[in-house]
Amino acid sequence: MSAGTLYDKVWALHQVAELPGGSTQLFIGLHLIHEVTSPQAFAALKDLGLSVRHPESTVATVDHIVPTTSQARPFADPLAEEMLATLEANCAEHGITLHGLGSGRQGIVHVIAPELGLTQPGMTVACGDSHTSTHGAFGAIAFGIGTSQVRDVLASQSLAMGKLMVRRIWVDGQLQSGVYAKDLVLHVIRTLGVKGGVGYAYEFAGPAIEALSMEERMTLCNMAIEGGARCGYVNPDQTTFDYLQGRPFAPGGEAWDRAVAWWSSLASGPDAVFDDEVRFDASAIAPTITWGITPGQGIGVDETVPTLEQTDPDERPLAEEAYRYMDLQPGTPIAGTPVDVCFIGSCTNGRLSDLQAAAAVAKGRHVAPGIKAFVVPGSEQVAAAAEAEGLDQVFTAAGFEWREPGCSMCLAMNPDRLEGRQISASSSNRNFKGRQGSATGRTLLMSPAMVAAAAIAGKVTDVRQLLTV
Amino acid sequence: MATPFPFGPIPAVTGTAVVVRGDDIDTDRIIPARFLKCVTFEALGPAAFADDRAELADAPAGPHPFDRPEHQGAAILLVNRNFGCGSSREHAPQALMRWGIRAVVGESFAEIFYGNCLALGIPCLTAGHDLMLAIQAAAAADPAAVFTLDVAAQALSGAGQSWPLELAAGPRQMLSTGQWDATSQLLAHGADLEATAARLPYLVTFAA
Repeated sequence: MSAGTLYDKVWALHQVAELPGGSTQLFIGLHLIHEVTSPQAFAALKDLGLSVRHPESTVATVDHIVPTTSQARPFADPLAEEMLATLEANCAEHGITLHGLGSGRQGIVHVIAPELGLTQPGMTVACGDSHTSTHGAFGAIAFGIGTSQVRDVLASQSLAMGKLMVRRIWVDGQLQSGVYAKDLVLHVIRTLGVKGGVGYAYEFAGPAIEALSMEERMTLCNMAIEGGARCGYVNPDQTTFDYLQGRPFAPGGEAWDRAVAWWSSLASGPDAVFDDEVRFDASAIAPTITWGITPGQGIGVDETVPTLEQTDPDERPLAEEAYRYMDLQPGTPIAGTPVDVCFIGSCTNGRLSDLQAAAAVAKGRHVAPGIKAFVVPGSEQVAAAAEAEGLDQVFTAAGFEWREPGCSMCLAMNPDRLEGRQISASSSNRNFKGRQGSATGRTLLMSPAMVAAAAIAGKVTDVRQLLTV
Repeated sequence: MATPFPFGPIPAVTGTAVVVRGDDIDTDRIIPARFLKCVTFEALGPAAFADDRAELADAPAGPHPFDRPEHQGAAILLVNRNFGCGSSREHAPQALMRWGIRAVVGESFAEIFYGNCLALGIPCLTAGHDLMLAIQAAAAADPAAVFTLDVAAQALSGAGQSWPLELAAGPRQMLSTGQWDATSQLLAHGADLEATAARLPYLVTFAA
């Protein structure tokens, strides 16, 4: 059983009570809500005659259903309009701050909470979205919940939870040029599997992790859930503090020093005990890309689609299903696979540094004929920062569309979607069958720089070749 | 069609079974995202597995189990490993529940899905790989067989056989006693909630 880890410390601090079923009542420090998973929770609250217990610890935005072309109201899609109108009404009724369209602060919930300084070390963070694990980048314990649990947090600012085990993912070395946090996490999931993290929180640690920026750490923790781990985290350090200082909801003045002292005390100590540990060498990781229908079906861009013989016997039925669905032949190189659509954005890779990395590849080049390529900033703040340094111009000059912030083509809840058998190079997080809006559409997950390279070449390409030219 | 939605103590679930084979069946497959454009869960039942069902409608291996006449009205879903992975959408168990499912037995479950099921009063019990294959084979061989899932005894019986299953003590007690709906339990500790909030540095010491 783990002891002395950040997870143990934060868990102990937030324990409210032991519940009759043996689970723990855990206090939630920050509750993030959005338009998809909250309306039924508010309705249930009303049915029970309850109010929101801590509206000041509840923060809302709209992201999944917003169009990324025109965001004028009412939306063309009446269902989308109804969802946003319902969120607006619920927030107004219960006194919850909504960072809405045009506020300057709207965006994907896992992009805006960090950039506003809402997410801080030592917090418990819950949201009705599985990628809430993103916030663990700050040394928070952050996890996705379902709508009944959203209701519970609204009503009680707490949840009935079971404690997870803690696995330390220790990463030595450093990522090579052209290799990013996305490649690292795809490599981890490829190695440990999509079920490997079930029952665990992942602590990411080691020299390669300490060298990551906050935005890279967010990419890493974002996809912990794709490895089965409901939460992933990185111990807070100077990188964390430097990121937070001066942000709108971060502590200021003399409170800042007290905050840093407390945050520093939370990191897993040298005597911390983990339930499990796995080691990786960042230096050995190539740009990594998925070829199949789960995020665990990944390979280096210089590798071939694994054959059945190269596949664990347990995983062979899934591999056969993936060959059929993706129409990829085992034993053939993934590089050179033609793509139709290139999407840069999402809560995984829609931050400024992601757009900078993609723009560095796109600059002075042009999207290949017949390719639809578009860039969706993760938030209004990301869009403004990118435009201030001219990234929008770089992208549009290269033939990419520059869009308004939202979840876009990561999932099919807005007008951005694949058509028919189209295959996408996507900086998002899930390559499940049908995920991007066509029941037969296909997704190749990769880093934003790799998506840009695919857009330029019209096919899967090792971005390192474009960076060295 | 089906029995009422879960309410109160759930000592057992009885009904016919439907087998949906495969590992890592994600919640995008259980309920594709386009069906999430709603402000109530009411209409989700018919959309369970919508894309998988369409894909299999005219396929040699089809139709999908949810479309086979003998499985209409089934209450127990039999699955394999890591069922319900991916998105946290409660729309997935809601769709299954509204289609008629009242219990799920599988080799393993993704955590958020498992918690969402528990919050709806849908027991998710586990069985080892070989045992699960045997259960699925027995159910597939006799689609009309009525099975009984005994929550307290952690067992499934039907088609003349009985199999031991696993369910952690906490969920077992919550389901057996009807305390699976957590809201009232959580609200019962108001003073403890305030005491916890009062000791959290980020809510107190360095609050602006």
